[in-house]
Amino acid sequence: MLEIILERFNYIPIIILMMTGLYVVIATGNLVKRLVGLSLFQTSVFLLYITMGKVFGGQPPIIVGDYHGEDAGHGAEAAAGHAAEAAAGHGAEAAQHAAEIAYSNPLPHVLILTAIVVGVATLAVGLALVVRIREAYGTIEDDALNAADYSLETGSAE
Amino acid sequence: MDMLASLLPAGIAVHAPALIVVIPLIMAAVAALMPRGIFAWGVTLVTAIAVAVLSLNILGQVSTGGVISYAMGGWLPPVGIELRVDMLNVPLLLLVGIVGLLCVIYALPSVADEIAKKQQSLFYSAFLVCFAGLLGVTITGDAFNVFVFLEISSISTYTIIAMGAGKDRRALTASYNYLVLGTIGATFFVIGVGFLYMATGTLNIADMAAVLEQNGHDRVTQAAFAFIVVGLGLKAAMFPLHVWLPNAYAFAPNFVTAFLASTATKVAFYALIRFVFSVFHPEVSFVAMSFTWLFAVVGVIAMMVASVQAVFQTDARRLLAYSSVAQVGYMMLGLGMGTAAGLSASMLHLMNHALMKGALFMALGAFALNFGVRRVKDLAGLGQTMPASSAAFTVASLSLVGVPLTVGFTSKWYLVTAALERGWWWAVAALMISSLLALAYVARLLSAIWMETPPAGKAGVAPARRLAPWMVLAPMSLLAFANIYFFFHADPLVGLARAAANAVMGGN
Repeated sequence: MLEIILERFNYIPIIILMMTGLYVVIATGNLVKRLVGLSLFQTSVFLLYITMGKVFGGQPPIIVGDYHGEDAGHGAEAAAGHAAEAAAGHGAEAAQHAAEIAYSNPLPHVLILTAIVVGVATLAVGLALVVRIREAYGTIEDDALNAADYSLETGSAE
Repeated sequence: MDMLASLLPAGIAVHAPALIVVIPLIMAAVAALMPRGIFAWGVTLVTAIAVAVLSLNILGQVSTGGVISYAMGGWLPPVGIELRVDMLNVPLLLLVGIVGLLCVIYALPSVADEIAKKQQSLFYSAFLVCFAGLLGVTITGDAFNVFVFLEISSISTYTIIAMGAGKDRRALTASYNYLVLGTIGATFFVIGVGFLYMATGTLNIADMAAVLEQNGHDRVTQAAFAFIVVGLGLKAAMFPLHVWLPNAYAFAPNFVTAFLASTATKVAFYALIRFVFSVFHPEVSFVAMSFTWLFAVVGVIAMMVASVQAVFQTDARRLLAYSSVAQVGYMMLGLGMGTAAGLSASMLHLMNHALMKGALFMALGAFALNFGVRRVKDLAGLGQTMPASSAAFTVASLSLVGVPLTVGFTSKWYLVTAALERGWWWAVAALMISSLLALAYVARLLSAIWMETPPAGKAGVAPARRLAPWMVLAPMSLLAFANIYFFFHADPLVGLARAAANAVMGGN
C-alpha cells in the first residue's frame, strides 16, 4: 500500500490542491474567495497534465548533439545496403543512440498552455461579474445576495 | 442531397468544415468593431446565413460521400487536429446553424429592447464567439479541442447571460453561479480527457477508440469515463447537475434564452453521446452498467422531479427552464437504453425539443417585448391581445406535452417503442406520468393566456391588440409550424436520427 502511494507521490499534492480548491468553492460565501478556490482547482489540473508528461530519466524534448533524423535514416540505409562492417557499426550505433534518448512528452505542456489561457479568461470574466454584482447589490457575500434577491421577489410579488 | 452537396463551389465546399467555425470567430471581431448595434446585427445575420448554408452543404456532402475528415492546417490526424463530420454530428450542425439563424433574425427587436445601445455591438460579438464555440464542439474530432471549444462557448455564454442585468440584476448572480459550475464541469471534463490521454497516448477521438478497443479498459479509463460524464453532464444540465440552468434561462436576455435552450445544452449532450458511444464502447461492462443504473434511472428521476418543480414556478421562463431539465431526462432515458432504437429516439427528441423550446422562449420574449411580462399570472389575457404569438406558443407547448399532430408526440412515440423493445415497462409508465406533469405546467400557462381576461389598463379599458414585430413573429411561427410539419413529414428528422444512431452503434 505504502509502495503504491510512494510510486505515485507526484499525484499527492495534486489531489490535495484539487480538494482544497473544490472545498473553498463550496464552503465560502464570498464570491472572490470562491473564484480563488476555482483557480486553485484548475491549477491542480494543470499540474496533473504536466506531471503526466514526465518520463523518468527523460530529457527535455529538445533534439541535442549532432543527431539528425535524416542522418540516422541515411546511416541505417547505408548499413542495410553495404555490408561493410564499419558502416554497419556506425549505422547501428546511430540508430541505437536515437532510441536510447528518452524524451519527456511535450504535448501535455502545450495543452496546458491552452488550458491556462482558458483559466485566465474564466477568472477575468468571473471577476468582472463580481465587480458588476458589487455595483448592483453593494455586497459580494452569498447570504446577503440571497437575502436581497428574496426581498426583491417578495417585494415585487406584493 | 446532391443538390445540397453542390450548393457551394467545390473549392469552398472542401473547406466547409473549417469555414463553419472560422467564419463566426472572425466575424465576432468584425462585429465588435461596428459603431452601432444594427450594423453588428447585420454582420451577425450574414454570418448566420453563411453558417446555415455551410451546414446544409456539409449535410449534402456527408450523406452522399460519407464521413468527412478534415485535417486542420494540413497536419494529418491522429497527430494534427481533425475536424470530423459523420451522421451523428450533422444533425447538430444543422440544428445550431438553422435555429441559430432563426434566433438571429429574432434578435434585432429583442436586443434593441433589452441591451443598452453602446453594448449591442459587443453583445453580438460575444454571441458570435459562443456560436463558433458550439459549432466547434460539434465538428471537432479531437478530445482536447472539444474542451477548448466548450470553454470558448461557455465563457461567452456567461457574458451574454449577464447582459440580462439591464432588466433584472439577478442575471448577474445567475451568470456567476453558472460560471462557477460550468468551470467545474469543464475542469472535470479536462481531467477525464487527461486520463484518456494517459491510457491511450492520443487525443484524436477515433484513434482513442481504436486504441481502447485494442488495449481494453482499465481503471484509468473507468476514472476517465466518470470524470467525462460528470463534466459534460454539468454542461448538458443532466438532472442533479442542473442547478445553474433555471436562473440562467430565467434572467438572460430573451434572445439568449431562446438560443441557448435550443442549442447549448444539446451540443453538450451530443459531446456526451460522442464520448460514451464512440470512445468508450457501449458493450463494455462498466459503460453498459452506467446506461441502466445511471442514465436511465437518473433520466427518469429528472423527468419526474424537474416536471414537478416546473409546476410550482411563478416565473414563466423559469418554468420552461425546469421543463428543459425534464426533457434532458427523456434524452438520458433514450441514451440509457443503450440500443440503436433508444439512441435514435434520444437524438430525435433532442432535435424536436430544440424546435419546441425555441418557439416557446421566442413567444415569451415577444410577450416581454410588448407588455414586459415575465410571471405566469401576468400572462393573463394575452390570447386576446397577442393572438398570433399566443397561437405559436400554444402549438409549441402542446408539442412539449406530446399531443398528437405535433413532433412532441413523434419523439415520445419512438421513446416508448424503444423502451418496449427493451422490455422497460417502468420507463413507459414514467414517460406517461411525466407527460401528465407536463400537461399540468403547460395548462397553467395556457389557461392564463386563453382563459383569463386581460388586466384593465389605467383608464379601465382593455388594452388593444399589439402585434409583435414581424422579425419576432416570422422565426417563431416558422418554428411553431415546424412542430406540426415534422409530425406529418417525420421522415427527414427520423431519418437523420436513425442515421446518427447507426453511425455510432454500427461499429463505425
